[in-house]
Amino acid sequence: MNPSEAACQLDAHVREMIAWHFSSETGCPFWLDWAKKSGSDPRETVRSFEDLTRHFEHFEDEWLRDEPNERFVPRAFAGQPYYIFETGGTTGMPKQRISWRDHLLDYEEFSDTLDDKFFPRGANWLMLGPTGPRRLRLAIEHLAQVRGGVCYHVDLDPRWVKRLIEAKEFDVANRYKEHVVEQGATILKNRKIECLFTTPKLLEALGEKLDVPDAGIKGVFCGGTQMTPQVVRFLTEEVLDNRAQFVPTYGNTLMGLACSVPMTAEDRWSVTYYAPQPRAVLRVVDPSDTTRTVGYGESGRVELTTLTQEFFVPRFLERDEAIRREPRGRYCWDGVGEVRPFGQMEKKTIEGVY
Amino acid sequence: MSLCHLPILRAGAAYESLDTVELKDLRGGASVALVSQANAGMLRRDMAKISAARRALREVPAAQLLDMCRRAGELFLCETLPTGLNGEKQSPQQYIQNLSATTGLPHALCRLNMGKVGQVFTQMPQILSGLTRGLDLESVRRGQGEHDGALVSFYALADALTVILPSNSPGVNSIWMPSVALGIPVVLKPGREDPWTPLRIIQAFIAAGYPPQAFSFYPTDHEGSNALLQLAQRALIFGDENTVARYENNPTVQVHGPGRSKVLIGDDCVENWREYLDVIAESIVANGGRSCINASTVVVPKYGREIAQGLAEKLAKIEPRLHDDENAVLAGFANPKMADIIDAVIDADLPGAEDLTAPLRAGARRVELENSTYLCPTVVWCRDFSHPLGNREFLFPFASVIEVPQSKMLEQIGPSLVVTAITRDEKWIDELLQSRMIDRLNIGPIPTNRVQWDQPHEGNLFEFLYKRRAIARA
Repeated sequence: MNPSEAACQLDAHVREMIAWHFSSETGCPFWLDWAKKSGSDPRETVRSFEDLTRHFEHFEDEWLRDEPNERFVPRAFAGQPYYIFETGGTTGMPKQRISWRDHLLDYEEFSDTLDDKFFPRGANWLMLGPTGPRRLRLAIEHLAQVRGGVCYHVDLDPRWVKRLIEAKEFDVANRYKEHVVEQGATILKNRKIECLFTTPKLLEALGEKLDVPDAGIKGVFCGGTQMTPQVVRFLTEEVLDNRAQFVPTYGNTLMGLACSVPMTAEDRWSVTYYAPQPRAVLRVVDPSDTTRTVGYGESGRVELTTLTQEFFVPRFLERDEAIRREPRGRYCWDGVGEVRPFGQMEKKTIEGVY
Repeated sequence: MSLCHLPILRAGAAYESLDTVELKDLRGGASVALVSQANAGMLRRDMAKISAARRALREVPAAQLLDMCRRAGELFLCETLPTGLNGEKQSPQQYIQNLSATTGLPHALCRLNMGKVGQVFTQMPQILSGLTRGLDLESVRRGQGEHDGALVSFYALADALTVILPSNSPGVNSIWMPSVALGIPVVLKPGREDPWTPLRIIQAFIAAGYPPQAFSFYPTDHEGSNALLQLAQRALIFGDENTVARYENNPTVQVHGPGRSKVLIGDDCVENWREYLDVIAESIVANGGRSCINASTVVVPKYGREIAQGLAEKLAKIEPRLHDDENAVLAGFANPKMADIIDAVIDADLPGAEDLTAPLRAGARRVELENSTYLCPTVVWCRDFSHPLGNREFLFPFASVIEVPQSKMLEQIGPSLVVTAITRDEKWIDELLQSRMIDRLNIGPIPTNRVQWDQPHEGNLFEFLYKRRAIARA
């Protein structure tokens, strides 16, 4: 596939998803009502991904708090039990999305990108990251199982960490981090585990407790928070001693998982992520005119569009900014590089110790 | 030409980080250097291995450390030394220019501080003698020896001394330099605007033969500084009352808080107050008024307003000058907002007191020159210590003059880093000697900023780093 074929595939997928979500046979009450209120039928006007920008305003994150989840159930899935996954949040109602198989599909696809040398088939995993009502907990376990292993877990509540940091209770936050990392280290010492999912800070802290490659870890799949090039380099060269593979990812409950391509010397440790297109599309937009995609190499705000049969989220503005990067390797579409919290958000973004 | 990139030194090994901070010339805005920034994880990792640095430094006999220290002083003052990651070197003149560009200090003050730091190198034997009260340093290195005919044993309380440095004055580096001569490596977090001075001192020590492992240099952010402090066995930091309070009960951290240094005039000398105006003015203005040993309050038993007026007349003549003017006395603020805040605080707190410099100045207290912001010297006449400006210090030449009966002075002055007491009254001198409020005492008209190298002040570094144990050998 080349970039123009990828664009054609995306346009075709957009038409298919619009047809699905705005048909009274398959669509969900939320979008059918939206179409009724707007007085227009996207099936007639949206023929391409570009048309989405013309036809839809930004999806508001409040809808994921205020709307009952049932209103997002496509008629085609009526009666089938579903998962409810939550994102971030420290107070009040968290944002929620529903899912049937999307999260499993994302991780099955991600599994195909992993190198068996570092993430051996049949190897066991440790998931040292946010658990609770997050899709990550189930997704990592599914990934381990798809690859023929099992997954060990340690509980971690990132909302509590955020609260501690907001309250400047750094000592307590550090003790909680210690508590989490100690449990992970104990499991690693007592069970044969070769693959690890964790966050950059927890990997760093784990590396202070034990020598991660010596503990048997061959591959680390890492995500959850911002990773500067220096942090990526430090984790690869020093914490993993270039002996275990470091695979950074960018993902969330709404998008799924954006994978990175293996880095080269020219990258100077700057990671670029590629969304699981066509099921999700990342665009880097000009914050002052979000209809405009910034040029390659320029920074802007990350905009996500999710296009699956289970869930349609057009033009959701993420709380992140990034650099727009060119298509690369197996990914024939734009990437996002050096993702970091968006500077001008109304509320201050807190990156926790997790 | 690419920018000079200042490295991190990880136990002496240069490391180029992908996280950098760009230093700019405060006056023209031109980029001066990139500074590699250490991430907190790196610091935690390195601190776990810091005992190797101490072992390397302990290999060197004490006498050799002192010889090399003197040589390092010559190199620091006169030679071109390594600076950047790509082989860039810095001559003494370039050091002055770089330091002035990023800190706002005029060349004259940079040179003055450079000389002060140079003296610390060359006067190290006297400094260490003052700190150890004449101990044989080889005994300290070996851990045992004899002193005044008795067996003595000392052990180090830390494998390294961590120092979180400020940027207000390069002379502040003199505080950590004895540590390496005492055999204790240093872990330095430089101030944002002045990475130049600690790096040049380190390079001089290394060029003179000190083991590079003894020097860690970590430009970093708040998270990094906190990580360093958490892991330090012994640390020096600088800060305000809040910082002092935060570490009050932490014996591993020595906080250098506000100096609140003062000049006191006794009943016996006050009639001749005009004779002492130069000493008082120097105490206030020296080093641009940026040191904790600058006087910020003048306490007199009478003639308060007259003395304040006399000082104001002297100080109001001091104006900002071009950065390379040899007669420049004032330093520009690296952060102009800081100058704005200080200016506003003084004005807001002024009611009930009188700024006697204001009517004598040609313009406002806040002045801009060469795109740099300055605050002109300010003398405030306050009636007593209860006034909000009565016992304050700021990062420029500022002093309040207060009238207090001599008999009440010592109960009112509060903690004071340096007190110059102008008196010959032996009874009052005895009371001054017994005061728990005074860290360093000058008796007679000695400016507060004069430092004698054999007289340690602000905590004894040797006692902070070493502990004596009882010892017996069969």
